[in-house]
Formats: sequence, C-alpha cells, structure tokens
Amino acid sequence: MPGPGGPRPRGMKTTVKNPMQVLGRLLAYVARNYRFHMILVFVLIIAGVLANVQGTMFTRTLIDDYITPLLKTQNPDFGPLARAIMRVVCFYAIGVASTYTYQRIMINVTQGSLRDLRNDLFTHMETLPISYFDTHAHGDVMSVYTNDIDTMRQLISQSIPQLINSAFTIVSVIVSMLILDVPMTFVTLAMVGLMLVVTRKIGGQSGKYFVAQQKDLGRLNGYVEEMMTGEKVVKVFSHEEQAKEEFRALNNQLFDSADKANRFSNILAPVNGQLGNLNYVVCAIVGGIFAIYHISGLTVGALASFLTFNRSLSMPINQISMQLNSIIMAIAGADRVFKLMDEKPEEDEGYVMLVRARRSGDALVECKEHTGLWAWKHVHQADGSVEYKELKGHVVLEHVDFGYVPEKEVLHDISLFAKPGQKIAFVGSTGAGKTTITNLINRFYDIQNGKIRYDGINIRKIKKADLRRSLGMVLQETNLFTGTVRDNIRFGKLDATDEEIEAAAKLANAHGFIMRLPKGYDTVLTGNGSNLSQGQRQLLSIARAAVANPPALILDEATSSIDTRTEMIVQDGMDKLMNGRTTFVIAHRLSTVRNANCIMVLEKGNIIERGTHEELLEMKGRYYQLYTGKQAQAAG
Amino acid sequence: MIPGSKAVDTMEETSLLKTLMAQIKEFRRPTILTPVCMIGEVIFEMLIPLLMASIIDNGIETGNMHHIVTTGLLMLLMAAGSLATGVMGGVFGARASTGFARNLREAMFDNIQTFSFSNIDKFSTPSLITRLTTDITNIQMAFQMTLRMFVRAPMSLITAMVMAFIINARLARIYLAAVGFLAVCLFLIIRKATGYFRKIFPRYDDLNESIEENVRGIRVVKSFVREDYETDKLRKASGNIYKLFTKAERMVILNAPLMQTTVYTCIILISWLGAKMIVAGNLTTGQMMSLLTYCMNILMSLMMLSMVFVMITLSQASAKRICEVLDETSDITNPENPVMEVADGSIEFRNVNFSYKTADSDAPEEARGKPAEKGNARTGGKERVLHVLHQINLTIQSGETIGIIGGTGSGKTSLVNLLSRLYDVDEGAVLVGGRDVRTYDLETIRSKVAVVLQKNVLFSGSVLDNLRWGNENATLEDCRRVCRIACADDFIEAMPEGYNTRIEQGGSNVSGGQKQRLCIARALLKDPKVIIFDDSTSAVDTATDARIRNALIHELPETTKIIIAQRISSIAHADRVIVMEDGHVDAFDTPENLLADNRIYQEVYESQVGGNADFDEMLPEGELHVHARRGGEA
Repeated sequence: MPGPGGPRPRGMKTTVKNPMQVLGRLLAYVARNYRFHMILVFVLIIAGVLANVQGTMFTRTLIDDYITPLLKTQNPDFGPLARAIMRVVCFYAIGVASTYTYQRIMINVTQGSLRDLRNDLFTHMETLPISYFDTHAHGDVMSVYTNDIDTMRQLISQSIPQLINSAFTIVSVIVSMLILDVPMTFVTLAMVGLMLVVTRKIGGQSGKYFVAQQKDLGRLNGYVEEMMTGEKVVKVFSHEEQAKEEFRALNNQLFDSADKANRFSNILAPVNGQLGNLNYVVCAIVGGIFAIYHISGLTVGALASFLTFNRSLSMPINQISMQLNSIIMAIAGADRVFKLMDEKPEEDEGYVMLVRARRSGDALVECKEHTGLWAWKHVHQADGSVEYKELKGHVVLEHVDFGYVPEKEVLHDISLFAKPGQKIAFVGSTGAGKTTITNLINRFYDIQNGKIRYDGINIRKIKKADLRRSLGMVLQETNLFTGTVRDNIRFGKLDATDEEIEAAAKLANAHGFIMRLPKGYDTVLTGNGSNLSQGQRQLLSIARAAVANPPALILDEATSSIDTRTEMIVQDGMDKLMNGRTTFVIAHRLSTVRNANCIMVLEKGNIIERGTHEELLEMKGRYYQLYTGKQAQAAG
Repeated sequence: MIPGSKAVDTMEETSLLKTLMAQIKEFRRPTILTPVCMIGEVIFEMLIPLLMASIIDNGIETGNMHHIVTTGLLMLLMAAGSLATGVMGGVFGARASTGFARNLREAMFDNIQTFSFSNIDKFSTPSLITRLTTDITNIQMAFQMTLRMFVRAPMSLITAMVMAFIINARLARIYLAAVGFLAVCLFLIIRKATGYFRKIFPRYDDLNESIEENVRGIRVVKSFVREDYETDKLRKASGNIYKLFTKAERMVILNAPLMQTTVYTCIILISWLGAKMIVAGNLTTGQMMSLLTYCMNILMSLMMLSMVFVMITLSQASAKRICEVLDETSDITNPENPVMEVADGSIEFRNVNFSYKTADSDAPEEARGKPAEKGNARTGGKERVLHVLHQINLTIQSGETIGIIGGTGSGKTSLVNLLSRLYDVDEGAVLVGGRDVRTYDLETIRSKVAVVLQKNVLFSGSVLDNLRWGNENATLEDCRRVCRIACADDFIEAMPEGYNTRIEQGGSNVSGGQKQRLCIARALLKDPKVIIFDDSTSAVDTATDARIRNALIHELPETTKIIIAQRISSIAHADRVIVMEDGHVDAFDTPENLLADNRIYQEVYESQVGGNADFDEMLPEGELHVHARRGGEA
C-alpha cells in the first residue's frame, strides 16, 4: 500500500546500466518537440563563449597594442584605443544577448519538456494493466513524478547547458592558449590533468559516502514512517523510550555518513581553487623564464593574457566537477522515468464495440441519442459485415483457470452463468478468490484457461473500454477524487445533468447527507474525501455507479463499512440499483446475499457449493456452517 | 518545502531562530569556526591577486626572475593557507550542519513521543513524517549555506572593495556604484520571483495529489473508462504549471544578463580610464589587472549573497513547521506524585463531557506543504460534533464483560479512549479502580487498561518482537499462552518460522483477521485489569470470535472486558451492553432486557437476523503468502 506520501528518499541506485544511453534518450526526447530550439541554444551558447573569449583576449591587446605603445609616445592618441574598446563593447553585447536569449529559450524547452514528460508519463500510466499497480508500491510510482522529474529539471535547464558551455569554454581557451604560446599551453594542461585526478579522487570519496548517506536516510525515513503511522500504538503500549532509542541509533548513523559525504563535497571547491592558484604560479614562473630569457618569443603582454586564460580555465573545470553529482542523480531519475514509460500497456485486441441503439422493426439500429438500449456492434473481420446484438447482461464463465503468477493457480475450473437481471453472490473466506473472479469479468486480469462470454461473445473480442463501460463497479475501498461532490458523482457519466446526479444520489440515499454538507453538492472533497465518514464515501461511490446506469454491476463488499442499521436504509437504494441488472455481489453480510438468485460458496479457488439461500441451507454444508456459526469441522 | 502563504513577521522570525538555535548544542564549536575559517579563506584569497599583480609588475615587466620566484612562492604559501582554511571550513561546516540536523531530528522525535492522541491528531501522520524528513533536510542545507556563505560573501565583498580602494580609489568608485545598482536590481528580482514561486508550489502539490489519486484509484478510473478524462484533467494542470513556471523563471534569468552587463561595463570603464591613467603614470599595468580581478570577486559575492537570501526565505516555511512540532507541548502529562498501582478493574464515568479539540483552528498550515498532507490534517475532526460525549454516567464492576453497540459516530471509541487517558475529559471524571485516571502514572494506567485499537498496527520485526511490545520480559511460554487465548497460536505455528517469522511493515504479510488476533495477544501480555476491544475482531470469523470470547471469560475472570462491536453476536453474551446514540448512553442493561425494550438494540438485532449474519474471514491457515503477494487485491 502507498506510504502516506511525501517524497520518500529511496536507496539511491547510482548504477544505471547505460548512463550514456539514458542521457541520449533524454536528449532525443527533448529534441522531439524542441529540435530547432536546441540547435539555436547550442549556437547561442557557442556564440556567447566566443564573445567572452574575445573579451578576455582584449586584455592582451589592451596592454600590448595600446597601452605599451602609448607609453612610448609623447602625445598619446587615444583614438585607436577608443575604437578597440567599442569593438569589445560589441562582443560583450553579443555575449550578453546570446546568454540571455539561450536562457530564455531554455525555460520553454525545460518547462515544456517537463510538461510533456508528465503528460506522457501519466497518459502511459493510465494504459498500464492493473497488475502493474498491484505489484508496485504506490509511493515508488509517485516518487517518479515528484523526485525523479525534479532532478531532470536540474539536468535539462542547468547541467546540460552548463556542460556545453564549460566544455566549449575549455576548448576555446585551450585553442587561444595554443595561439599565444604552445609550450606554455602544455605546462597548463599538465596542471589541469593534476586537477582532474584530484577531483576524481575526492569526488569518488564523496560519491561513496553520498550513497551511504542516501541509504541511511532511506532507512531512517522508513523508521519514521513506520513509527509515526503507529504512534498511537506506541502510546498505548508506553513504548516511547524504546522508540527513542532505536531512532537515536539510526539518527547517529545518518549523521555519521552525512557528515562525511558533506565534508568531501565541501572540500572539493577549495582544493580545486588552490590547484588553480598553483597552476597560475607555475605558469607565471615558467612563463617568466620564457619571456625574460626570450626563449619562445613570448611577450610580456602575451604572458599577462595567458595568465588570464589560465584563470578562466579553472572556472569551467570547477563547474563540471560540481555538476557531476547532480548529473549522475538525474540520470538515475531519468532511468526510472523511462522504465515506467517502457512498461507494457494493457493489450486490447478486442473489436466488438458497445453502441447506443434503437429498435427499427425487428432489427437494431445504431443511434446517437440515449435510448436506454445498448447493442454490441460486431464487425466481422472476414467480410466486413456488421452485426448488432442487444446487450442483455448474460454472463457465462466456462472452465476458467487463473493465477496471478503462472506457477500458482488461484481459481480452478470455475464455471457459472448469470442470466440477464440475475443476482449472483460470492461468499467465502479472504483469499478464496471472490474478488479475483470479478477482476476477470472486467478484464483487469486475463484468464489462462477457459472462456468468459458476455451475451454470447467471448470477452476477449470486446474492446476493453466498452466491456468496462457495460459493467458498473462499487468497491470496498472507496476512491474519491479532489473536486466537488457533484464532480465525483458525475465521474460515472460525464454528461450527466444536475437532475440526473441528484436522482442518483437519492437512489443511493446519499442526498440527505449531501444536503447537510456546508455547500451541498458543491462541497469540495479533498484527500480522498477525508472529510466524510467511510459510510458516506461508500454512498457516494454507489451514487457514482448509479448515474453511470450500467447494464451490469459488480459490487465488491460495497456496504461493508456501513453499520447494519444504516445499511438497511442503503439497501433499499441498492435494491433499486440492482433491479433489472445482472449483478455480481461479494459480501460477508447475509442481508446482502440472501435474496441472490444464486450463491456461490468459494473455497481455495473452487466453487464448493452453489444454489439459492434455501437450497444451500438445506444442503447443510459449508454455507450452512457459515450461516449458523456452527462449526462442523475445524476450519480456522 | 517552499513557504505556505503568510509572511512570517519579524517577531515570529526571532522566536523561530531561537527555538532552532537551541538545538545546536554540542556543535557550537564548528558552528562558530565555520564562518571564522571562511573569513580566513577570504583574506588569503584577496591577497593572492595582489601578489599576482606584483608578479607581473615587478617581475615580468622588469625582467626580475628572482622577484617572480619569491613572490610566486609567497603566493603558494597564501594558497596553502587558503586551502587549509577552506578545507577546515568545509569540514566544520559539514559537521555543524549535519550535527544540527541530527539534534533537530532527535528533539522533534523525542517531543513527538510525549504527544497525546490529540496532539497527534492535530498534526496528522503524513505531516509529521514530512516534518521529520524533507523539512529537516531543507533546514540542514540552508544552515550549511548560511554558515559558509553568509559571512564569507559580505566579507569577500568588503575585502575586495577595500583592496580596490587601496589600489586606486578613483577607479574603485566605479565598483561602488555597480554594487549599489546590482543590489537594488537583485533585490527587486528576487522579491518578484519568490512571490511567483510561492504561488506555484501549492499548484504543484495539487498536481501531484491528482496523480496520486489516480495511482490509488486506478481500479475506479479503469472500471468507469475514465482514462482519457483523467488525462485531460492532468494536461490542463500540467499546462498551468508550465505557464506559471515560465513566468517565474523569466524573472530569475534576468539575473545573468544584469550581472554580465554590470561586469562588462566595469571592465570597459576600467580599461578606458585605466589606460589613460597608466599613460599618465598614475597606474601600473599589474594594478589594472588586479582591479579587474577584484571586479569579478565583488560581483560574485553579491550574487552569492542573493542566493543565500533566497535559500533562507524559501526554508522559512520548513523552519516554521519544525518549530511547531518542537514548541508543541503535550496536553496530557504525568501528574505529580502519581499512583503506581491500579487496584482493580472497576470503572466509573461521572458526568463526563468530552469533545475533540477542533483541529481546524489549530493547524491550518500543514495542509499546504505536501500533497499527501492535504485533507489529512484534519483527521482529528473526524467526529466533528461539538460534544462528542455528553453527560455520561456509568458504573462497571471489576471483572464484568461489557458490550458497546451503536452506529458510526455515536461515540463508542471516544468513550473507551478516556479510560486509558488517551484523551482527557472536558468535564466530569473517569475513574478506574476507584481513582481518577488523571492521578495515575501514565505508563501504569496504560499498561493496566489495555486497548486493542480499531486501526491497529503491527511493526516490522518477528512475531515475538511484536508480542513483546505488551511486555518486554515475556517468555516464549507467556507469549504462547496469550496467543492461545487470542486463537493466534494455530496460525503462528503454521508459519514458516513460527514465532520468529518476520512481520513486514504494517503487518502487510498477515491477513486482517490474523493481524487482529496478534494485536489482541499483544495487549493481553500486559496482564491488564481492564481490556478494551475496539471493534477488534471485525475481520475474525464468527466462530473464532466466539472462541476468543470464551477463552477470555475463563482465562481472565478478574479482568474487566469491554467489547465494542458492530456484530451483535459479539456482544450477545456480555453481562451488560451499553447502547450509544449520538454521544450519549441510550441504554445500559443486559442483552435480554435490551432486546425486550430498547428500540435501537432491537433494530440492530433485526438487521442482523438473530445474530449470526456475517460470513467473515475464515482464512484457511497458512495462506500467508497469498496475501503477501497481492496487496492490492483485497
């Protein structure tokens, strides 16, 4: 079941199989809608870098070409200098403009891609089979939307442009250095190599502790979640001191790893910075020797300029090493996002559709308006001929076997039929397979052996959406959505009028309490309707099914949370709802199942008894035991 | 997370700061040393450009190799100093911030352990979790940033400025103007941007909440074929976020061109004016180079400062939420000179009135923070009638078996929660063993009045670990005995490792009925004088339920047994039954008499047709794994 929300920092998996592939896929994803933008951004980044380099080069020309000659003349003419400065102003202007423009474009690229990603992810998630949701912790699915997409924002908007920028800066600075002086460049590069080695070393240490920190954090958060959820039990058992002690141990462990992780990432910057200074001094000394003893034709101005480049080289290297951690994290996040995107959607090979119909003589004719009459539209694949068959609600299961995993069969050889309008009830213990049967009828899961027919049509041939539209569902676990009460009921039928909604609420006996809510039908429900009682929520979900007006119904413990007196009131509405519809009922309350046309007693995936209430009592078998509470054989 | 809504005024800020700072404790030393080291680093860093200038001016320009080497070595010495202080600052900063976070976490957790039920209701579970996790992480980051940058950045700004003035006061004035200009602009941008962000984050939470609803309610979505409808809804919401975010970020990116323009303007001005001064002999080339370096320093530190401000502003909400927990005092505390012994299991309610504190007025803030908190913040107001219990007067003898019946919201749970002081009465008194419950030692009363809660929880650990919550020193034999009473022994022994089988978090690998029986056994281990079953056999089948009741009567004759039930068969054999209706006692009599003349009792009885009306969970024992696998199925 889902954790109570909030981001759950999970044990961070830093090991993504193909980080480069994931990164490439992400870029391809962004490029899908923003190819032109990306190219433009790339060009602008490079333009910006070039303009900046030109600006830096200016220092050399300033000293060598203007100031030094000016010093030698008697009547200095500042005209050439002014023109040079104007040129530089232009370069700077280009730099500023391109930086601003690319950042402005990147906002749209980033936010747009994130929007697309969210939409695609969600759209895809809605197509996934129920088994996906049953086998994945809800908290983990949520964390893809929150944590993982968040890290990707960083990656797209900052890390990648920064990376391009830094890489290009480094390249252009090195090229400029080469133009100025080749031997000096090699001296600088040797120092840069040293910087990289040290960065790797410290970064590796930091990464190691960082992983440990995430693990400890995950463990601590898990403990917090468990204890806070059970805090009332802690109180009842006066278990506070033990809880504190356990917490303290985990907390200290986290402190230890967090301290180390932070320590290493903190010292990375000063170490790199000072290596940059070392680089500077070495270059100054070596360059000084070259210039003073005229070894390589290095001028004083060139050396000054070279030293400026030298400084501007450490900056991008620092930036890359700073971005590395967040890039690794973002790739791990992107990997999880793509994993969800790659989950196989529900397969739907059905082609029989559900359509509105009206009678025209003997034949059924498809129509647009509501007639209360529905038909299965069967387009024969062979000759394209169309056949209409009235929807009646005749459901037949023939020798159905099923298991959630192939190795373990949960249902064995289930055969049953429900004639139109009949009420079929399932009783039996938890795990006997009651809910499983209903999950098969609406194809939340697919059967392994046997056949299920709906009005004589194999349900595999029916489009899933249409099959489900024909089956209303009320589940034990009520799920309401943020929105008004009216919105929640309308969920059953999107074009329902207010009158229809009210009628449905009245049918479910929900109208009374809705009118007592502060704003009646317009009261906003939040947090799964947490401001309503469990019973009220169930009434709303019954109303929601009622407004959909489906030909057949599945009620899975729909009234279990309503106390028996209230249930008697609801029962009336339920009876009205069930009237004339094929209904499958799972219940443990006798009152709900007694008047069923047929009651199936399930045990360990088999139907062990079937019949009407009276017949089953006469049989004096399992049902009789359950009903009378008499224990013939020890069962539990 | 990001601020809720209301601006935190200065008064509040000071008190927040005070509460938080109190948790620095043993990390005072690194907390002070971090900024000190950062100052050291700044000073070294500022001296280095001076030396760099000297290398060019007095070394390279004059061809003085000796000067280059000596100054270079001096510069390396400075770099070493800078390295040492920088590293130390990093180490201290890490220690101070992670230590501070540890202390905060511990203080919060410890304080939560003193909370009463109504304190817990007020905050709600998900909100407490967020406060202990995300909020602390936010504060830790802001704290470290502040320690390292809040002193360093202004220090670096000032030093660079002073240096620039020392080199050339006339040119340095350009910087002064630039800083003033930038400071004003940055302030305006930040103010505007944080305003936008504050608006965005609640929307962002809404978006996530809507996704969460779909993950949770996927069966409903699919069975109503509403996939497209929900997708459209999400598209709208995410489109909205897109619009708001782009608006806010357009503001934020103004920073960069503003910075660059200022820097470049300075460089140009310095170059032009500097060149003239060099020609006039008032400035050296090296000095000009240094000035240009300081230019970067000054503007970078201003940028840094603005980042720190943003960080602090954004972490204010987290600080507030943490302080709320730290400052909360439990409304149920141990009395002075508490009574340590409960004489017997007799119970008396005297004119008791009780109501839940309205959570709405007390905790309006937390609903804003995180998606999951929304709506849950008010669980305390579940039964939001003004008086939940009204004028209750009851006397129960020690050893009696009492049933309680009544509709949802009639006050059954509230009534029994008063017995072990999970809540305190508003008026009147509750007596156990002839004394007011408020005179007992809390631990004593809670161990002698055992409650099997309606919403019960098992913890990760072995079966035995879980049982021993009832009594730490219980032997395996003790555990077996109570499990026999609770009819839990059979299935425990059928489990792969018997009493050592591991229970997953929340007891997700046992069925509802098994969980309830384990919880009953756990409570029995306390050897209580009064034991309360709050609808705690609802998932146990009728027959087993009857066996448990029988065992209780025979094994614990002295103990007062109170049974809240929906099912009439669970209370039909009680000595007496309390019928609750809308917060008052409608009747208190033997089941026979009630059946004869109490309307509510008769109705409930009728609705359940003579008593045995439920087909409950008759889980064939040993089917553990089935449940473990299909969490979402039931």
